[in-house]
Amino acid sequence: MAKEKLAYDEFMKGLWRENPVFVQVLGLCPLLAVTNSAVNGLAMGLASFFVLLGSSILVSLLKNYIPKQVRISCFIIIIATFVTVVDYSLAAAMPVIHKDLGAFIPLIVCNCLILGRMEAFASRNTLRMSVADAFGMGAGFLFALVALGAVREIFGVGELFGITLFGPNFEPWVIMILPPGGFITLGVMLLYFNWVEEKKNKIDKQLAAEDGVN
Amino acid sequence: MTQKDPKLLIQPGPQLRQQMTTPVVMRDVWYALTPATLAGIWFFGLGALLVLLTCIAGAVLTEWYFAPEEKRGYYIGDGSAILTGWLLGLTLPPALPLWMAFIGGVVAVGIGKTIWGGMGANIFNPALVGRAFLLATFPIAMTTWTAPGDFFTLSSSLFALPLMQSTVDTVTQASPLGLMKFEQIDTPFVDLLFGNTSGSLGETSGLLLILGGIYLWWRRDLDWRIPVGILGTAIIFSSILFLVDADKYPGPIFTTFAGGMLLGAIFMATDPVTSPLTKKGTWIFAVGIGILVVLIRVFGGFPEGIMYAILLMNAATPLIDSYTQPRVFGRELDSK
Repeated sequence: MAKEKLAYDEFMKGLWRENPVFVQVLGLCPLLAVTNSAVNGLAMGLASFFVLLGSSILVSLLKNYIPKQVRISCFIIIIATFVTVVDYSLAAAMPVIHKDLGAFIPLIVCNCLILGRMEAFASRNTLRMSVADAFGMGAGFLFALVALGAVREIFGVGELFGITLFGPNFEPWVIMILPPGGFITLGVMLLYFNWVEEKKNKIDKQLAAEDGVN
Repeated sequence: MTQKDPKLLIQPGPQLRQQMTTPVVMRDVWYALTPATLAGIWFFGLGALLVLLTCIAGAVLTEWYFAPEEKRGYYIGDGSAILTGWLLGLTLPPALPLWMAFIGGVVAVGIGKTIWGGMGANIFNPALVGRAFLLATFPIAMTTWTAPGDFFTLSSSLFALPLMQSTVDTVTQASPLGLMKFEQIDTPFVDLLFGNTSGSLGETSGLLLILGGIYLWWRRDLDWRIPVGILGTAIIFSSILFLVDADKYPGPIFTTFAGGMLLGAIFMATDPVTSPLTKKGTWIFAVGIGILVVLIRVFGGFPEGIMYAILLMNAATPLIDSYTQPRVFGRELDSK
């Protein structure tokens, strides 16, 4: 029972409490580069999710056999294997999206989020925990990518997943599909997350103080 | 022991207070802007006034929203948010849809000022941040210049629904800078001087902007080195180009009076927050803007360059400041 709860905890940690993008601010390069539409965000998120999950499993299984001195290169080789799988599968199944994402699919190899999870979590924890962690972090990254892509697509072209929202007279916010729009949107989202965090801390403090009085 | 008019007042320092507080300076700038603003409204009609008021509303509401609750009165009362909205409004086309003007005001104060830490902590001029955002976001609406027209006619493009573009074509006319850049047509000097041309609503009347600048200089709210440096550099640089090829390049008078040159040089580059502190640095700053304006206008892709010139030099300001620190009296030249 306790173990079950812990695994769930690891999942929620990645999805929300320690969200890789909004709290840890990791993996910004793919995040800003490909999120000019929600579909691209989704594809990128799923690709990263798959790579993270696969390499987490492999690393946590092999952790006792990887020499400490060369662990980073071993992680990179494992990650690169899964990235190659994703790269070729996407190219075969969805060539349009593969072309849109361009160089950013191979670049998942050096996504600091994935390497960070290998080093900080998968190589030190059991398979079960690593899978929970990979699910959480992958879902958190996916969530961030889709959220950012959706906002930028809505304002930038007035569509969401390719469906027109505002009719023909919509005035597109050109900046939102350009790189500055990515930075501005991400900044506003970070602002919101920090604001929520601050508010939560305040309430927690108040509750603690009231508990102390009682 | 209370006296109505005490002969000797004993209290802790400071005993003498500076008269030139932020609210006083801001109000001086309001007065200096008033003639040029009225001229803009006169030429472009009541629609221009609406654009201006919408910008101010956007800026003030944003300032109010992000200010700490107990200090809201003070934050609004110093007049800086109103001034930011006002300056932004003066740089916009007079028939811009009002919802865009409102967003401009919100961005100017929100992204231009508040996120840096508020009044006095921003790197870039807030009004120009708002304008740069609008120009990058709505490039078509931001370069649709209407000709000066009837005072009471309100252009229908003003009332486009939020997020929508205006469907009705307005009477457009290329601005003097656009005419010069793309069709090589010169605009008569008299029109440029008094402001009877198309353009942003506050930038057209060169004469009244200079009057405002003189008022600010007389009130000591403005460092004369900045406008003089910018205009001097731009005049010298454009004169050289003009002498090289008079058919291809605009002359110094056109360079000075067309577009936002005077508005930017007098009211935006001189923002004490975003310009260097030292005298030497101020000259470098002003000369840099002057050169950049002419470079962008003549060789760049945009007809107007004053906004990016000022923003670029704003970014260089901390660097200029750190390189032009005066020697502390009594210290050796090379000791740190």
